[in-house]
Amino acid sequence: MENSGYFFAAFAVVWAVLFAYVVLLVRRQVRLKQEIEALKGMLKEKSLPDQ
Amino acid sequence: MSRILLGISFGLMMAALYLVFIYVPTEGTMGVVQRIFYFHVPVAWVSFLAFFVVFIGSILFLWKRDEKWDMLARSSAEIGILFTSLVLITGPIWAKPAWGVWWTWDARLTTTLIMWVIYVSYLMVRSFAVEESRGARFAAVVGIFGFVDIPITAVAITLWRTQHPRPVIFEGGLAPSMLLTLIVCVAAFTLLYIYLMLQAISLKQAEADLGKISQALRG
Repeated sequence: MENSGYFFAAFAVVWAVLFAYVVLLVRRQVRLKQEIEALKGMLKEKSLPDQ
Repeated sequence: MSRILLGISFGLMMAALYLVFIYVPTEGTMGVVQRIFYFHVPVAWVSFLAFFVVFIGSILFLWKRDEKWDMLARSSAEIGILFTSLVLITGPIWAKPAWGVWWTWDARLTTTLIMWVIYVSYLMVRSFAVEESRGARFAAVVGIFGFVDIPITAVAITLWRTQHPRPVIFEGGLAPSMLLTLIVCVAAFTLLYIYLMLQAISLKQAEADLGKISQALRG
């Protein structure tokens, strides 16, 4: 199994980079959810101005 | 739809891992390091596919002026850069034990690096533009003209004398078990690309919708 370190390194890099991209997508999704919550709060305030 | 696609691509990816790690025989000359080929070639194929989608999306955006084509092109460019980065990382990891050097300025390697730079600039053009719509138009032009590099990169190994291996797949130089492993890996990474595209597009759509609603509410 000569040079197997290179093979495992390449394999690990492929999965690490793909995983990092998925994490990035999930973080963007979380940020969107927070923004939706903020907008919901804003809508509530607008619909109940004098209470 | 997206869950079914994720399930199929996960299943194919597991099959690909089994084939690469257990099923396929070790190549005689290069040994175990040759197995990098089963990741390197599929990610290179996906990057070509992704930039072809950028090319089509950019043409349609300039022609129809419909935001959805720009979203398609932008999402594909992001994923294409990701996969090209993987090509540029896995290639040198294979090259070091095979050639004795991490990098050489051979035609295939150089045109691949240029391809990566072109599509990074595709994304940068957007962030530098004052108006978003103007940035999208500039980026579409880069997406169309930048595509010129893709066929050059694809045929570089047949056009010039390069250190990069010749296209053994099309010259019948692969054993049936190796060809099967490669086909499964290509299918798995292509499905992964489609899944990531669907996620990236729906996220961009949601961000754009939310931006409009938020602007309307604040304004």
